Parts: sequence; structure tokens; C-alpha cells
Amino acid sequence: MKRSKRFEVLEARPVHEDGFVQEWPEVGLVAVDGPNDPKPGIKIENGVVVEMDGIKRSDFDMIDQFIADHAINLEMAEKVAAMDSKELAKMIVDINVPREEIIPLTTAMTPAKICEVVGHMNVVEMMMALQKMRCRKTPSNQCHVTSVRDNPVQIAADAAEAAIRGFDEMETTVGIVRYAPFNALALLVGAQTGRGGVLTQCALEEATELQLGMKGLTSYAETISVYGTENVFVDGDDTPWSKAFLASAYASRGLKMRFTSGTGAEVQMGYAEGKSMLYLEAKCVYVTKGAGVQGLQNGSISCIGVPGAVPGGIRAVLAENLITTMLDLEVASGNDQTFSHSPFRRTARTMMQFLPGTDFIFSGYSAVPNYDNMFAGSNFDAEDYDDYLALQRDLVVDGGLRPVTEEEVIAVRNKAARALQAVFRELGLPPITDEEVEAATYAHGSEDMPERNVVEDLKAAQELFTGPITGLDVVKALAKNNFTDVAVNVLEMLKQRISGDYLHTSAIIDSNFVVKSAVNDPNDYAGPGTGYRLTGKRWEEIKNIPFAIRPEEIGQ
Amino acid sequence: MQVDEKLVRQIVEEVLSSMGQGTAAPKLEAAGAAPVSGVEFTELGTAEKGTKADEVVIGLGPAFGLYQIKTIKGIPHAAVLRELIAGIEEEGVTARVIRVKHTSDVAFIAHTAAKLSGSGIGIGIQSRGTTVIHQKDLDPLSNLELFPQCPLLTLETYRAIGRNAAQYAKGGSPKPVPVENDQMARPKYQAVAAVLHIKETEHVEKNAKPVELKVTFK
Repeated sequence: MKRSKRFEVLEARPVHEDGFVQEWPEVGLVAVDGPNDPKPGIKIENGVVVEMDGIKRSDFDMIDQFIADHAINLEMAEKVAAMDSKELAKMIVDINVPREEIIPLTTAMTPAKICEVVGHMNVVEMMMALQKMRCRKTPSNQCHVTSVRDNPVQIAADAAEAAIRGFDEMETTVGIVRYAPFNALALLVGAQTGRGGVLTQCALEEATELQLGMKGLTSYAETISVYGTENVFVDGDDTPWSKAFLASAYASRGLKMRFTSGTGAEVQMGYAEGKSMLYLEAKCVYVTKGAGVQGLQNGSISCIGVPGAVPGGIRAVLAENLITTMLDLEVASGNDQTFSHSPFRRTARTMMQFLPGTDFIFSGYSAVPNYDNMFAGSNFDAEDYDDYLALQRDLVVDGGLRPVTEEEVIAVRNKAARALQAVFRELGLPPITDEEVEAATYAHGSEDMPERNVVEDLKAAQELFTGPITGLDVVKALAKNNFTDVAVNVLEMLKQRISGDYLHTSAIIDSNFVVKSAVNDPNDYAGPGTGYRLTGKRWEEIKNIPFAIRPEEIGQ
Repeated sequence: MQVDEKLVRQIVEEVLSSMGQGTAAPKLEAAGAAPVSGVEFTELGTAEKGTKADEVVIGLGPAFGLYQIKTIKGIPHAAVLRELIAGIEEEGVTARVIRVKHTSDVAFIAHTAAKLSGSGIGIGIQSRGTTVIHQKDLDPLSNLELFPQCPLLTLETYRAIGRNAAQYAKGGSPKPVPVENDQMARPKYQAVAAVLHIKETEHVEKNAKPVELKVTFK
């Protein structure tokens, strides 16, 4: 065939680099309404669920059993099951029906029912619902701070910069697993240099992650994965009960935690049982609820390429975020993985959470260039900061970030690098040179950093992990070296572990160490003029991007 | 195990002569000019634990070379397998090929191969191309080397994976094969990779034992 020049131009566009695939419903490669998705329904006898979504109790798999026994508000369940799903969907979208009237209904739905309800909504209605149903009134944002070389000085400087840019939670992980204690320490010191109260975590194998938290080097955890089919759960050597046990281990140490799941995981593993991605994800949300965990990271997460490839997939990703809020859980709503080559698709996908606002719009936004992102790249990265600031300003939306000046970024990066230098010296860790401090101060990514002695670092990092050093030693090291403000901030973070206020749903901690959660900052959205409004000082802040020209200076 | 150079050379020569002319150590041809067009497998019964300390066992996924014939990047399975074998033999080590039928999970395929290997070293490969080098005493979900991004694997990589596996089998600590990383591989390939994995998983026989294979390249 002689080629059309038009088609040749179209094929050269970035969107053609994306992998689009037609549905294959029989194996679960379908966003919603899989051929084996059950029909909603519930039967209760003597306070026990004897049938859920058409499955008899004797035929329950372990996930069904866990959900039926722990995740559904049975008092209202039969009443809600009898209600028309379209009417329920209308109530959820309706600005005149407050959130507190909706929650008793949505938490009494079965997984199939909740999918049927959201199935009646288009994306605009889902965004309306999300705006009302998210737990915390004030929206927020989380970031990734990682380094392809696990460079601790760079991590500290990037964390400090990310803190003044407005992120309330920060997540790191490792290239080389043995570096983990250094990454956690660098993130802690960097974040608390930038702003007191920022929550930090280090995503690792589960036991190690918990141990770092117990040492006081991290203040929350997120990468505790749950799945929607038994086969996939068992593949990971886990059950809903073992995950619930792990969750309680965090709670007992005063550490905030949430689970992680997302559409596409089961089909990616080849065991979706012909059920849709959204239905299986709904079951993950229920497992989270049943485990008594306060929140969930979802929005497909690392499987985004799967729902992203099928029709309606990105709508399903929004729906899973919405279902999480309908079960009264905190939602850290994804947008955290490379999703598309097309800048249009990238942005449109994020608008679904950005416009209504969620507890954490990204989970997270890459605060480093994507080449340094050890979560395999995020949907937005450090090179998109100014685009993001412009989006907030254009649409009068609080996306959680604030404009900063080059001077303040340089200053805070330098201070964080010096603070970590002092901590390393006090704790007897391999020295951080002045050259490294200087490089981290002005760096964009790890390519701008001098190389460290990795073998020495890894040895010291293992000793730090197995030795007696805790967060308190970090406080002492900072105080002794005149980083008193940073020392106070790290100490305050440790004190949070005892008061435990930040274990409440959707908690973040402000710069005065006041916890802001669904308890004291509940979402009271009820239509125009209510709920969170971007006004006053915060709007002034978002308006004033440094790269906007002042009219009075034009022509001068 | 002590292996002097002379012994290695002797083994290599034996291996090369046993492979016959023309098939010895296939040269790395330019992409698209794969030296083999196909491969045939003859099942020789249940795979047993090897007794020779100088072998690496390659575990093939349930569909590899049978129901699927090329990787996600379109590299023929025949060529991939031949590079793995050639890499192993280049180091003077014997390659033994089995088919793992009870799982499509690459970690468990590789771990199964490692447990049956006389040296304790195995390679697992899925039809889409994802590959792991494993050691029998490691946890199944751990590994010696993991190559998770199958679209980035080339024939050269497979050859290097074979070489490294053989070096582990000889008790060495080779420099890991450099792993490519492409942040944009996910949006391009993830859904296709899922489809390929589903198609592989369809051929899993939960209770089937691993089978010893005779491999004939065409």
C-alpha cells in the first residue's frame, strides 16, 4: 500500500509509542464488567454473611471470607443491597447529600455493589464524588526522593527542596538494598531540614521496612501490598490475615501505615479469573478496610500500563480511588509511575485526581529527575515542577505545591547536606566531603554528584541497621553540631510516635507539628462555597510564580 | 572446586567437538539474521537432579518454543536458547534444558532449575523473554541476577547471562550482566507483556513435574 503522508505523521507522534491493546475479557484484560464479575447481593443469618455477591459461604475463597467477616457494615448491608444502584450513585454525586450520610451506606455495600454504583458515573461525576468523599478536607501531595546511585547527600538535599516545595509525605527506596538505612536517614534529615513535620518512608521488603520504622528512621509505611485473587495473594506467600498482622505491628509502634494495591495487578500476574480489573481492585479496598488499616495507595500504581492500554482503563483508575474514599479510607491516589509517552495523556490522567483533590494527589510525584527515580519513573518529575505550578495557577486548584525561588532552594539544599555531613561525622559513618556538600547544593540529579566509596558505605549502612543507633542519636548529633532547629524537628517526629495522633485517617503534620486528619479537618464539601477553597494566603502563594512578568516592569 | 586452565580447555574442546561442526559456538549475527530458524524439543521423562557439578540447568516456561515462538521483542526462542547454551558452554560448563510446567512465575521456574542443577545454578526463562539466574539455596523470590525488563534483552544479553550462570556454577563471582533500564518500557510494553504472561499461564499444569528435554536446533 502506498502510505498516506498524514498517517506517517500521526504514527511518529509520541502517543504511538504507547501500547494500546484490545480487551480480552475472558482472562480479565478488561477495565470494568468482566464476564465473571458477580452480581451484587448479600444474605445474612444470625449476624453471619452466608452469601455475598452470589457466592455461598461454603464456596468463599479466603478473600471473600475476610471481606464478609471483617469489611462490611452488616447492620445496613441488606437495606443497601436492596437500594437501586443508580439512585445510590446519584446520592453520592449530589452536593445536597452530605458525606456523613453517604458513608454508612457505602461502607455497607458488597464489592460487586460498589462497582455497580460507580459504574453509573462518568468521569466528571466521579470527580464530583471524589471531591466530596475524600476524608481530609485539605488536599495534599506526596513525592519520591531517590537516587540511582543511592547517594545520601543528594537524597538529603532533594528531600529538603521537596519539603519547601510543599510535599507533606516523602518516599524513598533503594537501588542496592543494603543502602536502605542510609537512604532512610538521609531522607529524614533532609525532610526535617526543609520543614518540620514532613512524614518520610523507605519502601523495602516488609520486615526491613518495619525495622527501620522501629529505629525511628522513618515515620510511616505504604508498600504493604494486597491482591484481589487468592492465587496472586498466595504467590506472594501472604494472606489477608498476615497483612493485617503486619499492619498491627506498625500501629503498635506508633507508625502510620497504609496498604497498596491497584487495577491490573491480577491480570498482570495471569490470575484474574475472568474478572474485571475494577472488581478485583474493589476487593483489595475491602481487604484494607477489613484489616483495620486507615488508608490505601491505589490508582493502579506499578501496573498502570495495563489499565492504560484498554478502553476505559483510566476511568477505572479514577473509580478505584473513589471507592477507597467511599469506604472512608485515606487515598494516596497514584500518578506515581510512567504512564504514557504522550504529554496529553499524562496530564489528562492526572487531572482526574488533581481537579477534585485527594488526600495525596500523587503517591508520589518524582522530586528528582526520572532518571534518578528508583520506582521506575513517575508520571510527573522534577523537570515538570513549573508546568505543575502553572496548572495550579491557571485553574485555581491546590495541587499541594508552592512556588520557590532559586535562592531559597540553594540555601536549603546546602543546609540539609551540611546537616547530614554532621550526622555522618558524629555517628562515625563514612565522611561526607565539602565537595559533596557543594555538589548536592547545586545538583539536578546524581550525574552531578561525585562518586562515593560504595563498598565502605554499604558496610557502614549494615552496621547502622544492626547496631544500637536510633532516631535519638540523630537528634543528639544534630544538636551537638548547631543544627538545633533540625534536631528539634527530628525529635518532634519521634514524639509523634508516642502521642499517636497521626495514626488517625488521612493524617499529615503541619509545620507547627499539629496533625491534620479526617478527625480535625473533615471534608465538609457540600457544593459551591463549601469544603476546601483555595483562597487567602495560599492562593497568593500559588499565584506568585517567580517566572511571571510584573506588568510594572514591562517597558522599563 | 578447583579447575585449572588445562582442564577447562580440555572440557571446552570436548564440548565443541561433541557439538559438531557448524553448530559450535554460534557467532553473534546481526539482528534479523538469526543463525537458527527453529528448535525441536523431545521430552525425555521427568527431570532428575544432576550429579555433575559443572552443569547449569536452563528451565523453560510452559509455553517457551511450543505455544509461543518469540520474545516480546520478536527474537526467536530458538536463537535465545542457543545463545544461553552457547554462553554456558563458552565457559566450559554443560547446559541441560528442562521444561517447568507447574508454574509460569520466572522466579520459581529458575529456582526449580537451580534445585535440579548439579552445580545448584539454574536459569529460568519465560516465553516473553524475562530471565533470572538462580541458586538453589536462595529464597525463591530472591536471585543472583534478574532481568525484569524483557523488551530490553538482546541476543548479546542472553549470551552474557549464559556466561555468568556458568561462572557462578564454577564458583566464581562474575560482574553482573549490565541491566538496561528504560522508564518508558512500561507504557509501551506492560499490557503486551501481561497478555504474553496470560498465554503462558494457560499452559501451566499445577501438578506436573519438570521434564528433561532433548533440544534440536534447525
